[in-house]
Amino acid sequence: MPDHQANGVKSAREDRFQGHDYYNIDALLSDDHLLARDAVRNWVKQEVSPIIEDYSNRAECPYHLFKGLAEIGAFGPSLPEEYGGGGMDEIAYGIIMQELERGYSGVRSMASVQGSLVMYPIYRFGSEEQRRKYLPKLASGEMIGCFGLTEPDHGSNPNGMITNIKEDGDHYILNGAKMWITNSPVADVAVVWAKDEEGIVRGVIVEKDMPGFSAPEIHGKWSLRASITGELVFEDVRVPKANILPKVKGLKGPLSCLSKARYGIAWGAIGAAMDCYDSALRYSQERIQFGKPIGQFQLTQKKLAEMITEITKAQLLAWRLGTLANEGKATPAQISMAKRNNVHMALEIARESRQIHGGMGSTNEYPVMRHMMNLETVLTYEGTHDVHLLITGLDITGLNAFS
Amino acid sequence: MKLLVCVSKTPDTTAKIAFKDNNSAFEEDGVQFIMNPYDEWYALVRALEVKEAVGGSVTIINVGPAANDTIIRKGLAIGADSAVRIDANPQSAMFVARQIAEYAKGEDFDAIFVGKETIDHNGSEVGAMVAELLDQPYISFANHLELDGKVATISREIEGGVEVAELEVPFVLSAAKGLAEQRIPNMRGIMMAKRKPLKVVPPTAFEDQAVVVSYELPPAKAAVKMVDPENLDELVRLLHEEAKVI
Repeated sequence: MPDHQANGVKSAREDRFQGHDYYNIDALLSDDHLLARDAVRNWVKQEVSPIIEDYSNRAECPYHLFKGLAEIGAFGPSLPEEYGGGGMDEIAYGIIMQELERGYSGVRSMASVQGSLVMYPIYRFGSEEQRRKYLPKLASGEMIGCFGLTEPDHGSNPNGMITNIKEDGDHYILNGAKMWITNSPVADVAVVWAKDEEGIVRGVIVEKDMPGFSAPEIHGKWSLRASITGELVFEDVRVPKANILPKVKGLKGPLSCLSKARYGIAWGAIGAAMDCYDSALRYSQERIQFGKPIGQFQLTQKKLAEMITEITKAQLLAWRLGTLANEGKATPAQISMAKRNNVHMALEIARESRQIHGGMGSTNEYPVMRHMMNLETVLTYEGTHDVHLLITGLDITGLNAFS
Repeated sequence: MKLLVCVSKTPDTTAKIAFKDNNSAFEEDGVQFIMNPYDEWYALVRALEVKEAVGGSVTIINVGPAANDTIIRKGLAIGADSAVRIDANPQSAMFVARQIAEYAKGEDFDAIFVGKETIDHNGSEVGAMVAELLDQPYISFANHLELDGKVATISREIEGGVEVAELEVPFVLSAAKGLAEQRIPNMRGIMMAKRKPLKVVPPTAFEDQAVVVSYELPPAKAAVKMVDPENLDELVRLLHEEAKVI
């Protein structure tokens, strides 16, 4: 019998997660926020936790969760109800992302992409016809969407993109390729950013059955294994002019979508961090070494105390950012700071938590290493850790380190 | 069908239980409260299913202070149409039953659903008292309900079997596991709940005939004693002399 079982440590396969709120931040939240949090937390415990280790292990996407995410209202919760959204505020959106990522970063990605990167640009920059055509179906999960900005040779520098559109009568001819696109192999629609003949970035809605459009899957990831990622390849794809997003020109279009998604990630990372802390805290009380729980050793307490301190700081950052976002005052640079800080915080906590769990932390008996591997990706997607630092640098010095 | 579902507020199952005022009252500070699961998962959801099948309305009722509005909102988010809160600190099952019966008298509900018990006091009393006060039939621990017009067929588990009863509306039932399956409110439901009516009604005067004098916690669990698998004599000795079970 393995040592940990002899000591009475239970498997984490049963999701025993409890939220952590050291500074009583719940008091800053409304009833709606708390109801939304408990609803999504319950949904994750019922639908995600029991299956995610298995899907993750097999590197398979649990597609059926799209339907469940739509049913609980995780797609576009802050968009108006008339388009299928939830009419909630930005803090509610953040809390939903936190709870989804508590279960699995890839499930949060499903909702982030659908809501912030597909529904949001169609709502914000689309025509009324486009809103009516796509948003209710995206909200209900009848359609899956993806977002194409990053290219094989242009990641942190999206302005260098080579994907382009050329006018041809009442169509645009789209050529180019996009890379690292969450959900692309299963998407019904893609919001794609491409340069027009004047070199101005425009958004177009590409549908999966348009000839010349393909979305091959990217295999071999050691991270976000239960999330499907692919490319978008466009070879003379004829996109009707009615599919261009009329209300935006230039990089601010895709960047404003990324701000929305990064905002959600700043909250989401707290979920992953709380799950790792929660597991470590429980394990440290159950695991006996040298005749006492390892939580009684000073070095374990240091790790745990620093974890809850960092989680508390991240929660306050997210709450304040959410309050600013509700007032329409959150700047992209403020969002960068929160995304960068919180994801790095979560990754560090995952690593420390893994140490507390010892060898068991590397197995799928506990959620820790799974979170850690996912967070390694979250650290660089939606703007790398380094680039977000330089955004803060630019914001405070006025000097651009990118050019 | 016009249905009333009685919902209680209870401490979360993970709450640490402590008492105050010389062990005569439950310490609510720092305790997370939830809707009593038997009310939420089974009574409310089955009532909603009945409404969805045959039409009508579902009202939830709670006896409690304004702080209970949070759990009432959850009931509305799950799908109840309206809510009533009797604005009083519930003192006993009899007090709660009196308030509910008083409200229900004027409303002509076809059926009243309660959870089979609350997970804190585990009294299982309110449903029976409400039925008696309204002079209506009562089925406890229902785990299956079918309605055909005004006739209800209700099953309940009994020792070693199942008892099936047939009765006409109006009636009162208490809901056990199996009557329905938990529903998680969705975001749209949470937002709609804000627009649904929550009526606050003053309580009817009523004096309790019994008062709780004190509460006690169960004795703390003793530490586990590990016995070497080779040393069966010691195990037998401990079972005989300390545990006194053999």
